[in-house]
Amino acid sequence: MTTNAASESGTHGAVLKDTSPEGEGPVVELRGAGKSYGNIRALHGVDLAVHSGRVTCVLGDNGAGKSTLIKIVSGLHQHTEGEFLVDGAPVRFGTPREALDKGIATVYQDLATVPLMPVWRNFFLGSEMTKGPWPVRRLDIARMKRTADEELRNMGIVLDDLEQPIGTLSGGQRQCVAIARAVYFGARVLILDEPTAALGVKQSGVVLKYIAAARDRGLGVIFITHNPHHAYMVGDHFSVLRLGTLELSADRSEVSLEELTNHMAGGAELAALKHELAQVRGVDVDGLPEERDLTAPAPPTSTSAPAAPTSPTTTSAPAAPVPPAPEGK
Amino acid sequence: MSQQAAPAVATPPAPGSGQADGRTARRPLALRLLARPEVGVFLGAVAVLVFFLIAAPSVRQGSSMATILYQSSTIGIMALPVALLMIGGEFDLSAGVAVITSALTASMLSYQLTLNVWAGVIVALVVSLAVGAFNGWMLVKTGLPSFLVTLGTFLILQGVNLAVTKLVTGNVATDDISNMDGFDQAKALFASSFDVGGVEVKITVVWWLVFAAIATWVLLRTKYGNWVFAVGGNKDSARAVGVPVTFTKITLFMLVGFGAWFVGMHQLFSFNTVQSGEGVGQELIYIAAAVIGGCLLTGGYGSAVGPVFGAFMFGMVNQGIVYAGWNPDWFKAFLGVMLLGAVLINLWVQRTATRR
Repeated sequence: MTTNAASESGTHGAVLKDTSPEGEGPVVELRGAGKSYGNIRALHGVDLAVHSGRVTCVLGDNGAGKSTLIKIVSGLHQHTEGEFLVDGAPVRFGTPREALDKGIATVYQDLATVPLMPVWRNFFLGSEMTKGPWPVRRLDIARMKRTADEELRNMGIVLDDLEQPIGTLSGGQRQCVAIARAVYFGARVLILDEPTAALGVKQSGVVLKYIAAARDRGLGVIFITHNPHHAYMVGDHFSVLRLGTLELSADRSEVSLEELTNHMAGGAELAALKHELAQVRGVDVDGLPEERDLTAPAPPTSTSAPAAPTSPTTTSAPAAPVPPAPEGK
Repeated sequence: MSQQAAPAVATPPAPGSGQADGRTARRPLALRLLARPEVGVFLGAVAVLVFFLIAAPSVRQGSSMATILYQSSTIGIMALPVALLMIGGEFDLSAGVAVITSALTASMLSYQLTLNVWAGVIVALVVSLAVGAFNGWMLVKTGLPSFLVTLGTFLILQGVNLAVTKLVTGNVATDDISNMDGFDQAKALFASSFDVGGVEVKITVVWWLVFAAIATWVLLRTKYGNWVFAVGGNKDSARAVGVPVTFTKITLFMLVGFGAWFVGMHQLFSFNTVQSGEGVGQELIYIAAAVIGGCLLTGGYGSAVGPVFGAFMFGMVNQGIVYAGWNPDWFKAFLGVMLLGAVLINLWVQRTATRR
């Protein structure tokens, strides 16, 4: 099948670079980036590097600045401080279209679908295939339906009726349609905004599998989540945001799931409060870590780690059933 | 592309993630047909037609039908862009008086400067498009609901129509332009009629159907049509996937401006003169025709064919009451009942058709 069927419409230029070797510079990089809304500093001093073929997890509690971060990278908002580089060159996106043209595709929490529109129209929305000269240039409906069907089948979704409104699909199906769409349109960097937040355990497993699949195809993935268990299954690098700034930025080898969970669950704050909480009857503090255990990148000795793939080549592991994760809120 | 991904995704997905497991089965043809936005109004239009064919024998004559179609076309030409705008998630309360603004502009400009009427016609087109662009631009820039923005434009235009006309002509109506250069040409385009088997049919009926065909094609078969559905269905999603939302909204308002210009020119060249206070209340008729035609008031759903039948129902009832010899004072009451009935039928049809 075609590698870039969108060439005719010419609206998005990013073609997957099959040959980009790892070890090159990051595709997307933030250096001390931040964003202020008036006098509210939603995000400041964030460093983030996204490499091809690696999954960068961004974790954080509600209001930690995750959404602001991805809105900057996806072109919905502009950063007000620091630097934002794509392929080493500073950029400032005015619209999501510009980010898409650079190969940065985002699968939003609300999936960016139009519920009343048919599946195939949603699949190609904003990048429609057309045929014919200008005055009578029209949608190439047959080709779009066929392509959408093929791509969805590749993702394991078989729909008999592509005309049905996408609003009638289940959450997991819609998620996969959105991921399939981003992958099809030649994304180099895929931003996934809480893809597993609204899903059950099994469907989360399916989505994690596609994240691993996208990574193995050489895409850089930014996986936003507040579930450290999901993140640890596929992640190569973990950045934990808290109150608008980085609390932790560590490679997989430098952090264990337990530490990650503690950081995520506000463990550092809780540890600081451990002494006070201990005075309160009925609060069990034994399980809380000591504050000194949590001071940033842990020694490599603690990475006995749960079974999860560190090498990008082992794809089958993440597809294993996801353990019921205690939500990090 | 798919080849590379195959090893990872060829394995059967976990149950519940897809597959033809009976939950995505094809719905029966009848139900899918009923889910089309224009089916409800088509049945309604047929019902009204049959009703008046029985109740008013004179409707059966060709000339009566031509009159009904003419009446329908003057509503229908405007109902089309109003429907597209509604599918795009907005509505335009200034559409009614904008028609008069356009006609007044062309008439007064030609007469006062003693120009060829075509000059007035062109300037009127520019003014109409500018009014539409202003509406769209205000909406996009301020983020205010279109109800407020166009209510403002409606009041402004209504006042300007009256005040400027009185200022220029000293009267509430414009002067007769039927002796001006180019009038006959323009009348041929906007307000002539032709003969079909002994029945005189107005040219607007042809334009109405031509515009409806173009609108249907654009809506269902072009990128722009896709964008119209998308900006009405979910503006933020549309923007996020790269649809030019601002462009789409502004051009939709300008399309209403174009419709207002066309109907304004028709009125000018039919009656040679324009009453400056007219047009108030027409915008609601256009919106009603679009809603009866199956367009969702909240946007994202509808068709261009539906409003054609919607406008036909209006014309049919309007003239049918006269042909049936009833008191025409009841017209509006009848319309109200029809509107509610149509909306309820649409609602029921959609619920039945989309139930799974």
